[in-house]
Amino acid sequence: MNGHGIQLINVGKEFKNPDSYKAALTNINLTIHEGEYIGILGLNQSGKSTLARLLNGLLKPSLGRILVNGMDVDSSEQIREIRQLLGIVFQNPDNQLICPVVEEEIAFGPENLGLSPSEVNKRVSWALEIVGMQDMRYHAPHLLSGGQKQKVALASVLAMEPSYLVLDEPTSMLDPVSRWEILEHLRKINKENHITIILISHNPEDLLDANRLIVLHEGFIYMQGTPREVYADMEKLTAIGLKPPGLYQLIQQLEEEGYGIDDNTSTIPQLVEKICQK
Amino acid sequence: MSKIIDIKDLSYVYLPGSPYEQQALKNINISLNQGELLGLFGGNGSGKSTLAKLLNGLIYPTGGQVTVCGIDTNIKELRHDLWKKVGLVFQYPEQQIFESNVYDEVAYGPRNLGLSESEVKTRVFEALDRVGIFPDSMVNLSPVKLSGGVRRRIAIAGILALEPEVLVLDEPMAGLDPLGQNLMLEIIKARQEKKTQTTIIISHNLKDILALADKIAILERGALVFHGEVQELLSKIDILSQFRLELPDYLQVAYALNARGIKPNNDIKNINEAGLELIRIISGGKGKL
Repeated sequence: MNGHGIQLINVGKEFKNPDSYKAALTNINLTIHEGEYIGILGLNQSGKSTLARLLNGLLKPSLGRILVNGMDVDSSEQIREIRQLLGIVFQNPDNQLICPVVEEEIAFGPENLGLSPSEVNKRVSWALEIVGMQDMRYHAPHLLSGGQKQKVALASVLAMEPSYLVLDEPTSMLDPVSRWEILEHLRKINKENHITIILISHNPEDLLDANRLIVLHEGFIYMQGTPREVYADMEKLTAIGLKPPGLYQLIQQLEEEGYGIDDNTSTIPQLVEKICQK
Repeated sequence: MSKIIDIKDLSYVYLPGSPYEQQALKNINISLNQGELLGLFGGNGSGKSTLAKLLNGLIYPTGGQVTVCGIDTNIKELRHDLWKKVGLVFQYPEQQIFESNVYDEVAYGPRNLGLSESEVKTRVFEALDRVGIFPDSMVNLSPVKLSGGVRRRIAIAGILALEPEVLVLDEPMAGLDPLGQNLMLEIIKARQEKKTQTTIIISHNLKDILALADKIAILERGALVFHGEVQELLSKIDILSQFRLELPDYLQVAYALNARGIKPNNDIKNINEAGLELIRIISGGKGKL
C-alpha cells in the first residue's frame, strides 16, 4: 500500500467526441499529501475540471493511474470508499442541490453513510456552522441567493467529513464579501480539521492561501511551486493570459530593485505598512 | 447633455399581499445622461437585477417612476418602443441561445424590428465583428458546439445588433476567465467611445469596471446607499470600507500610503506606477528594508 495521499501517475485523458469541449489532459504526474492546500490555476479549457472529475472516478483516465490512499479510482470495488474520502463541490450549485429543505440537503450524504440520526444531526449542525448558515437550516435551497446556495453545497460535502475536499470554482457567483468568507472557511477547515483542500480557480487571487500552486495549460502542468514562486514569474504567466495578483507584482518590482520582502506579507496594505515602518 | 434615464422614488415589491411578499427596492433615485456609463454595485440579493428588469419594462414599479429615453415604463402602450431602445443582457446570457446557427441567433432581434434582410445582414456582421468574432467563418456554426465564452459573445452580439440606445449588462464578467473578462471590457469600452450610447453594468466587483464608469450607484438590501461620480466615491473611504468594496490593486497602494500620512506624489494609474512610488519612498533616504 502507498499509504495516505493522492497520486497521479502518468495520467492522460482524451475525449473521443471531437465536438466535446471538455479539455484533455496529458502526462500528469502529481502527488498530493494529506493536509496540503493545493491551488490549481488555469484558463477555461486548460483541463482543471477534467482533473477534478478524474480524482473521484466521475471520469476514467485514458492512460495512467490515480490512487487515493493507495486505492485505484479505476477499481469498482473501492470507488465507494474513495468517494467517501474525497468530496467535490462543483461550480454551479444548482446542479447539485436536490432537497426541499437545507437541513435535508446536508443530511443526505451522512444518512447514506448509514450513520445514526444523532450523528447525522451533529454533522449537519457542524457543517452549517462552518459556512455560517445556521439561520437558514429550515429554508428552501432554491429560494436562496446564488452565494448562499454555494455555501449550502459546500456544507453538504463537508458533512460527509471527507479527508480530501475538491472545489471547482466555488466562488464564481459570489460577491467579494461571500467570496472572502468561503476562502476563510477553507483556510479554517484545512488548519483546524486537517482536511486536504484542492481548490480550482481561474482567478489567481483565490489561490493565495495554497501551500502549493499548480498551473495547468492546454492539459499540461505548466508551472508548479508556492504561490510566491509561481506569481514571481510574470513573463511565463502572461504568456498564457494570466496575471499575478497586484501584491506579487509589487513584491517582484521591489525585489528587482534590491528590496527583499519577507514571506508572510499577504496583502497590499500590509506591504505598504512594512515599507513605511522601515 | 440630455437625461436618458430618470428614476424617481422607485419602489418594487415582489408578490405584494402574499406571504412571500418581499420589498426588493425602496425609494431609489438615479439619473444618467446620454453617453454615460453607470456601474451598479451591491452584494448578492441587493436588488441589482430587479432594477435591470425595471429599466426595460419587463416588470414595472410598484411605486414611483422610471423614465428611459423619455418613455415612462408605467405606460403599457409605449413598452414596445421601450424594448427597442433598451437592450438587456441577462446573467449567463449564453444559456438563452436557441437558434440553430450563429447567424440566425444574432439576426433574431433585428428581424423582429422589421428590418430588410440586407439591413439585418449588415447589423449581424457588424455586431459579430464588435464582439471579436469573424463573421465569415462562424455564421453557419451551431452555437451549442462553441465554448461558453464564445457563446456569451454571440448572445451579446444579438443585443448589440438591435443598436439599443441604452444597454444594460447584468454581471457580464461572471464565470469568464481572465482572457474572457478582458475581451468583455474591450467590447464595452468600444461602445463607450461613441459617446452617444448609454451603458449600465451590474456587477458585484468594483475592481472590474471602476476605470470605465462615469457614475457609480451602490445598492444595499434594496436601498440606494451611494449615487454619484467615481471620484466622489473614491473620496468616501467610509462607504468603501462599510460595503467592503474591493479597490483595484494600484488604488489599494494609494489608500494604504494615505493611511500612513504619506500623500502619493503623483496620480497613480496602474500597479507599475504604484510600485515605483513605493521604491521612491524606500529610497527616499530611509535606507534598505
